[in-house]
Order: sequence, then C-alpha cells, then structure tokens
Amino acid sequence: MSDQKINESIVTDEIREHMKENRIDHMTYLPDMEIIDSDIQDRVLSAMHAYDPESYTAADVRRALDHERISVEDFKALLSPAAQPFLEEIAAKARAEKQRYFGNSIYMMTPLYISNYCENYCIYCGFNCHNKIDRAKLDEESIERELKAIAKTGLEEILILTGESRKMSDVEYIGNAVKLARKYFRVIGLEIYPVNTEEYRYLHECGADYVTVFQETYNSAKYETLHLAGHKRIFPYRLNAQERALRGGMRGVTFAALLGLDDFRKDAFATGIHGYYLQQKYPAAEIGFSCPRLRPIINNDKINPMDVHETQLLQVVCAYRLLLPSAQIIVSSRECERVRNNLMNICATKVSAGVDTGIGRHSQENIQEEKQGDEQFEIDDRRDYREMYDAIEKMGLQPVMSDYIYV
Amino acid sequence: MNTDKLIIGGHEFDSRFILGSGKYSLDLIEAAVKNAGAQIITLALRRANQGGQANILDYIPEGVTLLPNTSGARNAQEAVRIARLSRELGCGDFVKIEIMRDTKYLLPDNEETVKATEILAKEGFVVMPYMYPDLNTARDLYNAGAATVMPLAAPIGTNKGLCTKEFIQILIDEIDLPVIVDAGIGKPSQACEAMEMGAAAVMANTAIATAGNIPEMAEAFKLAIEAGRKAYLAGLGRVMHKGAAASSPLTGFLRD
Repeated sequence: MSDQKINESIVTDEIREHMKENRIDHMTYLPDMEIIDSDIQDRVLSAMHAYDPESYTAADVRRALDHERISVEDFKALLSPAAQPFLEEIAAKARAEKQRYFGNSIYMMTPLYISNYCENYCIYCGFNCHNKIDRAKLDEESIERELKAIAKTGLEEILILTGESRKMSDVEYIGNAVKLARKYFRVIGLEIYPVNTEEYRYLHECGADYVTVFQETYNSAKYETLHLAGHKRIFPYRLNAQERALRGGMRGVTFAALLGLDDFRKDAFATGIHGYYLQQKYPAAEIGFSCPRLRPIINNDKINPMDVHETQLLQVVCAYRLLLPSAQIIVSSRECERVRNNLMNICATKVSAGVDTGIGRHSQENIQEEKQGDEQFEIDDRRDYREMYDAIEKMGLQPVMSDYIYV
Repeated sequence: MNTDKLIIGGHEFDSRFILGSGKYSLDLIEAAVKNAGAQIITLALRRANQGGQANILDYIPEGVTLLPNTSGARNAQEAVRIARLSRELGCGDFVKIEIMRDTKYLLPDNEETVKATEILAKEGFVVMPYMYPDLNTARDLYNAGAATVMPLAAPIGTNKGLCTKEFIQILIDEIDLPVIVDAGIGKPSQACEAMEMGAAAVMANTAIATAGNIPEMAEAFKLAIEAGRKAYLAGLGRVMHKGAAASSPLTGFLRD
C-alpha cells in the first residue's frame, strides 16, 4: 500500500466528507503535552524510511536464519516478501527462542474497559467520537463489581482500558480504578490515552506497572489521514508515550501497529525497532508487542486488514520474537481460536480470555442495572477463562496467571 | 552411607543437583524432581501463587528444600523486599539472589547482588547469590556472608555449557564456599564437566524443561552429576597433551 492510498474498507461517505475539512498540524504538540529530549522517534522513523522490504532476497533471509542472534538487518530480511517461502523454518526458529526464554509458560489476562467516551476521530475505530454508539463510564462501585467478577475466574492480571477522553476519564479516575484493581489483581496494565511522565509516575504509584500504546501506523502522513481530530492526532506525542512511561517508573511497555492501516511490513519493522531501541536505552524495561489486525466495528462491518492474511501475521509475529526473544507477545481476541492456538504454540506468550470490549459486561449487577456501553471492535475468539485455560493445557503448555511481583 | 555431603549454610544435602522450576508444565515438576533425585528446587517467588488455582507449591514433593529466588528484582532494594516477602510467606530462610537490570540477556548485576547479600545475610537468610563469575565479586560475596556463590556458565536459557569455564575454575580454586554452577548448562556432559572441575553442585532448568522426555533427561542429569563428582573425588588422571612429554627430555643434558 502506498503512502497516499487508504484502506478503502474503513472509509464511509460521512468520513469522506469529514476528510475535506481543515485539520490541525499533526506534528505540532498541543500546549499541555510534554516534550521529552529523546532521539528515539528520529531513529525509528529514519530507519523505517530507509527500509525497502522489496530489496531483500532469499540469500538475505537464509543468512538471517543462520545467525544465532538476529540483527536489525536480519529483522528487515525476515519481514520482507522474500522470507515468505521460509515461513516454516522461521516458525521453528521462533518457537525454539520462545521455549528458551519462556519454557512452556503462557500468560493469561483480560482487558477491562471502564469507559468508552472518546474525543478522537480515528476513522477505523468503533469508539471514535463521531460513531453513534452507546457510551458509558463506570463509577467506582461498578468498576469494583467488574473487578470482583473477573477475579473470581482465577485471573490475576488485568489490563484497564478507557476510550481516549481526558475530560470523561481523567488521570485521577484512572488512578482510582488502578487502586481498586490492586485489591484483586497482582499485575495491572493500562491502555489509556498517552499522558505526561509525571502522570505515568502517579499511575505507577497507584499500582500500575505496564503501559500499552498502539501507534497504529508509524507512517506519519498516513497517520494524519486516519486520525482526523482529537489529542491522538498529535503523532509525536503518541510515539514518545512509552519512553515517558518508562521514565515515570513503569516496568514494561507494549508496542503495536494496527496491521492493515498502511504498509504492514514497514509498520511492523518500525514497531519492532521502536521496542528494540527503547530496550537498549532502558535495559531493565520489559518490552511487549501486540499484533492486532483491523477488525469490523459497529456501523462498519466491512473493515478488513487488506493484505495482512494469516501468513503475513505469522511472519510478523515470528519476526518480533526473533528480534527480541525475551519480549512478551500478546495475541488479541480479534483473531480466531485456531490462529491464536497456533500462535501460542509458536511464538506468542500471552493471551486474553473472557474478553468483552464493551463497558460493564462482566458483572451481573452491572448488566442488570444497564450500565453497559458498546464495544470497540468485534472480537472473534470468545473463549472464557476456563476454556482458554484448558486449551493451553491441552497443547502441553502451562497457563500462568502471574509472573510478577509488585515491589 | 554417603559421607560426601553438600553443605549449604549448615544444612546437609546428598544430592548435588539443584532443579529450576520456572519453565515447566506443573504436572512434570514432580517427575523431574523425583528422577533427578533433587533435594533443592528453586522457585521464583513472583511465580508462586498466593492462593488461587494451580499453585506451583502444590506440585513440589514434600521433603524438598525450597530455594525461592528474587527474579524480577532490578536492584538490591527490590531483591531484599522480595526475600523478606518470601520469608513471610513461609518459604523458609534460603534465598537465591537474582538481580537483573537487563531484560535482553538476563545477566546478573554483581554490584547490587553484593549489597543485597550483605543485608540479607545479616537478617539470617541463607543467601545463595547468582553472579557473573568474577573473582573480586566472589570475594565480596564471601565477606558479605553468602552461603555459596552461583556463577553462570553461559547466559540463561542458552544451553551453551561452560562458556565461562576458566573463570569458574578460578572461583573454585580461590573461594572457600560451595561453587554452584548456574545457568547455561545444556546437557548432562556439561554438568559432568562442571562437577569434574570441582563445582559443589549444578543447577539446571531450561535443559530439562525443554527436553523431549523430561523425566528421562532429569535422570540423565542426575547420573552425569554423580559421575562428575565421583571423578573429582577420585582425582582425575593425568591427561597427556600432544607433544607434552618429549621422549628425549629437554633437561637430559644437565650434569650437576
């Protein structure tokens, strides 16, 4: 996909009209956004621009596979079209690396959406502020009900998510949710709008230790056409979120490109080296990758990930594993049971279970009191905790609820 | 009766094989411990469920000494906190210090390890520090009150064997503590070699956890470690190097 072309499955007539309107400069920070002194963005983007996936040959892939440790150059070869015929061998190497670092362990977690109010206009996302969906924000009592209901299943790790609205879900609100979560969970991650270093520090002190931010695409020109309004439109503030989170004391950060928005090979490359460079700069940081593909949303069931088929998804996930063997790799419930099982067997280390991307749907009381909001995207793998646990065991793997201690 | 005991912090053990538990399916741990004849098993405290289901502690056979480790600690302070928590949870006084501030290679931070050892030894822990094999650090650990030193043979999980052999040998020769070779041992022959060198014990995890048949590999390690120990005690015979003994002695000309 070229810089200019857009994944047509995303675009509706309404969006087409909005795209004609004037938009703010996506590369200029807004006044409340912290600017950190860092060269990571320049390094990631210049490496990505220099990467030409078509220039790699079978010989380059062979050389990469023969190396014990994968260099950035090898990573480029493994993500190239030339690597596709080697996928079986790549998968075997990725599996061996996963076993070396993680043995049989597969970590389990679930996301908890506490609010779906959003100020952004990301044209592919179900939460976007122009999409007419039922909005909801859980109060503390409802959050605690959800936490209790999830904890009852046996899960010990939770990822707290909000739509990206500072107004509707401010840092204090999220911090309070984290404090409640600490009563029931050992591992707490956040997937919220990017915040400043001191705000990350506050959330860390509340009990969160992991931060996930999807950059969606690292192609800033394409990013601009997909994120038409809201804070999220500011590309560099988002790209530097993980570094701010680490400076704020978080233990780990997760990276992702939403595959299908742009040239997936370049986006996957940028995602990988973003994690790689930050790990070099902050050696104690635990790096994670999430590997989402585009999914249908409410009011647009046609959205699809274009040229990112299962083959390409596997290639990307294996390349991440080989570049950073110790990285946590999460496979979203956007993928079907068959794909997730096989990715766990080969290269992924973490799965979600009992997923609902809507609001207030875990506890019976919240459901009865109709505190729910609509979901962010359609999930595919609907297995609950027990089904997932059993499936992992059946594959000869070990479900692990927590490998973490809050110190 | 076996008189060749491994003594750590005043506790006696017959087995010289320490088993790591982190990478197994839980139902295989028991078989691995049994076939390996292991009397000490390490346990990442961060992995030990405090309640909940599938508690790893339920899978560790009775009579086995738990060696909780501080993995996840990034500095001395965190390691100390984890060790104290471990004691509060009833995991005993043994603690293996693991401090890593590099998530890529998982190499131990020797300096922080010395600091944590000093604090915990004073609090009465039997401290077994995982370390990069450096003689100066090993001396500092001895002075700090460590019960053993646990130098790595190769980076964790690499199964590469005794990459740091020369340096481990220096520790064995110079440090008056049991030297337990930890990390990187990939096959029984490498464990055997470490024991022949005079290591007091060997620890392994990945090599067994990722083997085709876990109980059989556990047993193979047991036998190799016993063989190596026996060879060490017997005193290795002279190994001739090519050209090492000239048929006409170079000193044959000497008259007085």
